[in-house]
Amino acid sequence: MNIAVCVKDVVDVSEIKIDEKTNEPILEGISREVSDIEKSAVEEAIKIKEEYGGKITVLTVGSVENMENIKELLAMGADEAVIISPPEEPDYTVVSELLAGAIDEIGDIDIVLCGEASIDLFSGQVGPRVAELLDIPQITYAEGLEAEEEKIVGERDVGGNKVMTVESSYPVLVTVTKEINDPRLPSLQEILGAANKPINEWESDEFMDHEIKPTMETKDIRGVSMERKNIIFDEDELEDSVKKLAENLAKEGLLE
Amino acid sequence: MVLIYSDDIDITKELIAKGKELADETGGKVISTIIGEVDEEAANELIYHGSDEVIVVDAETGEFKADKYAQVLNQLVEKTDSEIILIGSNKNGKELAPRLAVKLETGCVTDCTDLYFEDDALTAERIAYSGKAIAVQTFTSKPYVATIPPKNFDPLPKDESRQGEITREKVEVTETGLRIIDIQEKEIKGVNVEDAEIIVSCGRGFDNKEDIELAEELAGSLRGATIGCSRPVAADLKWLPEDHWIGLSGHKVKPNLYVAIGISGQIQHIAGMRDSETVVAINENEDAPIFESADYGIVGDLYEVLPKLIDAINEEKG
Repeated sequence: MNIAVCVKDVVDVSEIKIDEKTNEPILEGISREVSDIEKSAVEEAIKIKEEYGGKITVLTVGSVENMENIKELLAMGADEAVIISPPEEPDYTVVSELLAGAIDEIGDIDIVLCGEASIDLFSGQVGPRVAELLDIPQITYAEGLEAEEEKIVGERDVGGNKVMTVESSYPVLVTVTKEINDPRLPSLQEILGAANKPINEWESDEFMDHEIKPTMETKDIRGVSMERKNIIFDEDELEDSVKKLAENLAKEGLLE
Repeated sequence: MVLIYSDDIDITKELIAKGKELADETGGKVISTIIGEVDEEAANELIYHGSDEVIVVDAETGEFKADKYAQVLNQLVEKTDSEIILIGSNKNGKELAPRLAVKLETGCVTDCTDLYFEDDALTAERIAYSGKAIAVQTFTSKPYVATIPPKNFDPLPKDESRQGEITREKVEVTETGLRIIDIQEKEIKGVNVEDAEIIVSCGRGFDNKEDIELAEELAGSLRGATIGCSRPVAADLKWLPEDHWIGLSGHKVKPNLYVAIGISGQIQHIAGMRDSETVVAINENEDAPIFESADYGIVGDLYEVLPKLIDAINEEKG
């Protein structure tokens, strides 16, 4: 089974602060990561490879500010990485076209794995878009996956507390949720071994046979302030602290 | 024209309300679609709630599959000459809309919290960075495809005197390599945290499943509040069914009072409860990020705090 896993190097959302003057999120100087959801996609790929053999290629679009994040995926067990530089500021159309184009270029891919959404913007567009561009079926929100010789069976969380079991022929695109597995932590030896695995950098005009244009423009990203009172009741006696809390809740009419 | 689709009729009604507003600006009609089952009553219901027309697509289309339904909607967009396509942002809608957008060679915004025209281009707002920011995006392509989450807009009041055309369409689709084997209920659906006015929410600070009774006891003192929980309690430990799970991939809630007990307050959890009116946090770690998102906090062992808090609340109520 040859598997492509699409990942994104994103800012660690929990570290983002809002600039009080400009009301914009401060994104510079924040550590970056490949989210756990996408690590779970890599983990799932490794499990399938362990059973059926094949090759795992990790794909990402855009500049990778922290190459260690990609190397970590190779240390986990992916074989190769491809970093695609976009022609201009990419939107979902551009990113998906590039990923689908690269998957075509690699050729002979049986399974494309993605996270259900990237952790920064959580749009969840890239998976379904890539599937449509490749004209293959998709299994989204997979929280269980069993690859067989001729087909793959997935359990999908379809909301409303329902789980749907589906099967698909190959090739197929699967987006996974974090619940599907616990991604492995590579050993020191695996980290050292991954240093020799290839990380290829591709320019879009090297493999795309048509021009791609963005379809959306981000005009503004503005911070959302969350005003909270931040009152901690810290009396000498716990009885007094809880009493003050209860009094405040009563004052706000929350105990009526 | 504004074309509307959701497999959930309640969401469809909400989309009609927004669709009408947009149609008033573009000067077109609102056309709702029902796919997969012929239901006269549902079609009338959509007219009563403001839809100008309803297209019922033949039952032979079968159950929902994103690739197949994208083919259906693609044909309907062409047939109705629709400029705006609004899709309900549940799991089915979110896997359908991007595929449709690819077919239409256009942009798509998922989970729009607002949608309006600015400088003649449709502009969408959506939550970014787990709720820390709002991204404002403008389409530079047509038609416009957007998904809208449930309960984001209020449906128009029902008006049974409204009339509208209901048409049936037969649409040819190509079957794909996907087969649905079965659908199972995960757990008995017991709670609806999204509509709850008071939520007592449990996190990893609880030592075991049985101790959640303590939270239930507090909930009893708080007008029978609904029990919620953070991701680990539902997804990893499975102490509570997933309908209690509050967070980015769980439910998003906006109660009058949210009491977070033993919840550290990871950003993904905050994303689910940040619209709460008043937030109380109880945690033994004074550096837990939940306190930044709380109005009132008590630093302490929940096993000591809860019994005393329950007493204090009962006393305060008299």
